[in-house]
Amino acid sequence: MTLAKRIIPCLDVDAGRVVKGVNFVGIRDAGDPVEIAKRYNQQGADEITFLDITASHEDRDTTVEMVERIAGEVFIPLTVGGGIRRCEDIRTMLNAGADKVSINTAAVTNPDFVREAAERFGSQCIVVAIDAKKVSADGEPSRWEIFTHGGRRPTGLDAVDWARKMVEYGAGELLLTSMDRDGTKVGFDLGVTRAISDAVEVPVIASGGVGNLDHLVAGVKEGGADAVLAASIFHFGEYTIPDAKRYMAEQGIEMRL
Amino acid sequence: MTIAVIDYGMGNLHSVAKALEHVTHENVMVTRDPRSIRGASRLVLPGQGAIRDCMGELQRTELEGLVKDLLEEQAKPLLGICVGQQMLFDRSEENGGVDCLSFLPGKVRRFGHKLTTPDGERLKVPHMGWNRVTQHHQHPLWNGIEDGARFYFVHSYYVEAERDGDIFGTTEYAGIDAHVVTGRGTVFAVQFHPEKSARDGLQLLENFVNWAP
Repeated sequence: MTLAKRIIPCLDVDAGRVVKGVNFVGIRDAGDPVEIAKRYNQQGADEITFLDITASHEDRDTTVEMVERIAGEVFIPLTVGGGIRRCEDIRTMLNAGADKVSINTAAVTNPDFVREAAERFGSQCIVVAIDAKKVSADGEPSRWEIFTHGGRRPTGLDAVDWARKMVEYGAGELLLTSMDRDGTKVGFDLGVTRAISDAVEVPVIASGGVGNLDHLVAGVKEGGADAVLAASIFHFGEYTIPDAKRYMAEQGIEMRL
Repeated sequence: MTIAVIDYGMGNLHSVAKALEHVTHENVMVTRDPRSIRGASRLVLPGQGAIRDCMGELQRTELEGLVKDLLEEQAKPLLGICVGQQMLFDRSEENGGVDCLSFLPGKVRRFGHKLTTPDGERLKVPHMGWNRVTQHHQHPLWNGIEDGARFYFVHSYYVEAERDGDIFGTTEYAGIDAHVVTGRGTVFAVQFHPEKSARDGLQLLENFVNWAP
């Protein structure tokens, strides 16, 4: 196997600015998305994902301009998620230079949107984001459920069944976030990562909970993930992308170095 | 000097155009106008999604005949990308079988279903991500690119060319050496996305822009 596992830094964007802080040594204005994207590209990121958290509709135009500026300078795959609800939103982002869009809440409220989007734009650019939380008690067989609204609203949908359904509807890739791990730095929920990786034929990106490089290794080796997504460990300079790649390669994982 | 990215309605052409603009000062045009396509000095044939739709749109926009003529005339360099590579061959087994442009002999096959690695891991289709390309014959488009360099792929079907002389690069996936780079004369075609393959991808596009076959 010479196909490399991927490392994907994820950036939160509000009205065309990267928020929550990204601190690279030597960059004073860490909120400039083009500078940050270029820096991650130079470091060897395999893709970059932007999560648009812009609240108002008008400000979303600024995000579109941001994608345009980045796509003119950074030539690796770019994914944009957050607020993708209609085919028009997808067209706007692809025209701006995004390569993939990630659909989250809209997939839950209207699964046919995923089907329509895949038929119209091709599965290769449709990522479905799955926010899962463990709902089984200790000692019970593990069960995970889909949550929306940042993990606050349960849907009653079984995460593994939902993953299968989304692939059947045309998702080309799944971005799996374990909501109970997000921000905890204790590592991915490897159980749900493994269950979904084994259940579907398309690649799975593991997300939520990364605190160190061993977590990335476990996501691939134990979770079966094809790619790992992380935010804070890279943004605050705890680890660089080359650090992560070298470490994963040392553990026997095929990486693009 | 104009590079025309042929816009028959399939695929994300903006990325290709932007990457070309990054490596050349020549005019880059995304167009479906037959006169502009014929008048261009270089052509890019992209393609994304299902091959039935790609061939269908090429026919619907009445560009199939023109593209076939341009391939046969061998008058200007043409770069095929992704499904734009696959369409150059005789036939694809996608969508229950689709006839293609038959510029090169060979067919387009699926990687398979329910594949696993030797150690029992599930092997994903599409083949997505950065994989190594082994250079098979020398070619001006390989200038400055190391043998075994990684490029970004997204595809479930791959080319199986009939003639060794038409193969310029291979990539191993699912135990198959896919013919991911093919060409003949003024035509060069890649399964991967050079416009998304960082430095080596841009180098390949620059080589294409400077290519004088």
